[in-house]
Amino acid sequence: MFEKLSSRFSGAFSALRSRGKLSDKDIEAAVSEIKTALLEADVALDVATDLTGRILEKSREVLPTLQSGTNQAQAIFDVVNQELTEILGGSARRVRFAKNPPTIIMLAGLQGAGKTTLAAKLAKFFKDQGETPLLVASDLQRPNAVNQLQVVGASVGVPVFAPEPGNGVGDPVKVAEAGVKFAQSKFHSIVIVDTAGRLGVDEDLMKEAISIRDAIQPQEILFVVDAMIGQDAVRTAQAFQDGVGFDGVVLTKLDGDARGGAALSIASITGRPIMFASTGEKISDFDIFYPERMASRILGLGDVATLAEQAKKAFDGDSAKRLEDKFVAGEDFTLDDFLEQLEAMAKMGSMGKLLGMLPGAGAMKKQIENFDESEITRTKAIVQSMTPLERRDLKVLNGSRRARIALGSGRKVSDVNALVDKFTAAQKMMKQMRNGGGLPQGMALPPGMALPSGMPMPAAPKKAAPPKAKKSRSGNPAKRALENG
Amino acid sequence: MGFLSRFIATVRGTSTASSLDWAELEKELLASDLGPALVAQLLETAKKERGDDAVAAITRILNEQLSSKSRELSQTTAMSVLLVVGVNGTGKTTSVAKLATHLTSRGEKVVLGAADTFRAAAVDQLKTWGERLQIPVVSGKENGDPAAVAFDAAKSGAELGAQRVLIDTAGRLHTKSDLMDELGKVKRVVEKVAPVTEVLLVIDATTGQNGLAQAKVFSEAVAVTGLILTKLDGSARGGIALAVERELDIPIKFVGTGEAAQDFAPFDPTSYIAGLLS
Repeated sequence: MFEKLSSRFSGAFSALRSRGKLSDKDIEAAVSEIKTALLEADVALDVATDLTGRILEKSREVLPTLQSGTNQAQAIFDVVNQELTEILGGSARRVRFAKNPPTIIMLAGLQGAGKTTLAAKLAKFFKDQGETPLLVASDLQRPNAVNQLQVVGASVGVPVFAPEPGNGVGDPVKVAEAGVKFAQSKFHSIVIVDTAGRLGVDEDLMKEAISIRDAIQPQEILFVVDAMIGQDAVRTAQAFQDGVGFDGVVLTKLDGDARGGAALSIASITGRPIMFASTGEKISDFDIFYPERMASRILGLGDVATLAEQAKKAFDGDSAKRLEDKFVAGEDFTLDDFLEQLEAMAKMGSMGKLLGMLPGAGAMKKQIENFDESEITRTKAIVQSMTPLERRDLKVLNGSRRARIALGSGRKVSDVNALVDKFTAAQKMMKQMRNGGGLPQGMALPPGMALPSGMPMPAAPKKAAPPKAKKSRSGNPAKRALENG
Repeated sequence: MGFLSRFIATVRGTSTASSLDWAELEKELLASDLGPALVAQLLETAKKERGDDAVAAITRILNEQLSSKSRELSQTTAMSVLLVVGVNGTGKTTSVAKLATHLTSRGEKVVLGAADTFRAAAVDQLKTWGERLQIPVVSGKENGDPAAVAFDAAKSGAELGAQRVLIDTAGRLHTKSDLMDELGKVKRVVEKVAPVTEVLLVIDATTGQNGLAQAKVFSEAVAVTGLILTKLDGSARGGIALAVERELDIPIKFVGTGEAAQDFAPFDPTSYIAGLLS
């Protein structure tokens, strides 16, 4: 498991594992490496120092009770993971609703953090919960920010209050105030006020933000911050907290591979809960914030759960449903279905590359290599060279047909034979599963969802799990056939 | 007085500073997003020097990290195309407007291509700039092919006798391989009309260590020729751009220092490095 951490973290833990009983010096050395690893993950220095101080203390308490190096390394890892999760999620809470509607939410943050996109996501989130949100276009600075909000508002079916065109025209405070009054008059239950991006060091604009706040008295001011922000996170968060103040934090652009140490810094220094996570440009790329996933990410384990969700989205959901329906109806799994599944897997933007984007992926190279996407391409070529009849009924595949297919796909006849054998085995398996009763585990998942064996789950790992046996656990028979070779 | 000056004043005349002073120095250098590896290197070297020499040593090492490539925009006699790329929210569209202003003030005729066909109102945003600056903006249909828009912009530029065509592209995370491929396609398609002499990667000065990954992946997709470092008017010092200069030998060509069209200047190494240390 430790190989999957970023190389810095894994280095720290590897050193521990090879030892017998750990001396205090060993622990100190490991914790020092952990501190550097946190800095590489963009955690602020003071926060990293504090945190590693606590890790050292707790490690010293826990370790005397353990014997072997591996257990001790695991124990320290658990301490680190726990501390991170505690800081990130310790003050977690839901949105505070107003006693008398509307509940007013104000967004604030630096330029480019993703406030406007977030506003629409929040609106949809609340709308889906049965609320009646109103969006207020109070960013009158950025060219066409008002338009942007109108477009995204329309896309989620939420009205946008935009009395001023923006682009430098209009008073954001007045607009915000009028927006809330409008919401009250129309009985909206939630008002989401989008504001212009502003620097923490810009006194004038911070004063403006305070004026907006005072005029509308929001229940929640959400500080919207880009997950890729570096050491400036602390200065900026502090400036916003001292200025307009904020009640909660939203992290955006978590679909990137930034480690996101800033989240730790902000949570640690301001004590405010990180409430939501924005994970892409689409309105649906929005979720509540999961502290354990973030802890995992900071440690370099990558955010496997979010990655899996993205992979799921990239895959055509309809295709999976069709397959499921077919299965349930007792129809045969054909080569066309097989091809569809393969194309879906290829569509996921090259699984190997996707996996490779996870920090610490170097260590997962073995699993990535097992997932041979060029094999998908080759298989596709063969299936595409088959006629519809041949795909439906493998029995017609005589020698001359196989030779033709091989020629057409640029492969050897032995490759065609291998595919036919694999597919026949997959078909058999499908039949067995169906006759065995009920859908097999994971059948509802799109193919490729069962991640390569041995990949860590985002929750704090309990034990260092040994790599699973080669047998594929994919719910997708095509993938299983490929993996089991 | 910058922290470095304070530090030097403290250690002037002595061969070693107290461990507290080094901690302060380390803190400030890390706060610039230089990254722990480079900071460790800087401290190690600085500790060997004395007093004023430590300042000079650190400044010297930082200068050594800079790329030696030209910071000028490539010139051609014929029309050239500049692609502006980067992750979401870095300030590409605003930078395109600023660059256009800068080039126009030098007497060059500029045409803009609104190739961000994805983000809501992105085309409108660039068009607003075009109106403000009196510069033509070529656009296509909503959610259309950005390569087609870029192509059209280059064609229009040629017809209008422009010296430069600046193509604004959609923000995209470097982790999205299909979007990186799309960028490669935009470049290839435009090159059928005119040479792409610059691919400028816009990096937000607040970006942490991820900035290096961004630069690496974008470079693989479209051979980045220069950086535009934005939002330097904030509290961030933009140290990650130094890492990009060092690791990838890509020069910072311009800096953005605000939201107005004039808040833009050619990169000046001296003031940048002084900023890292302030």
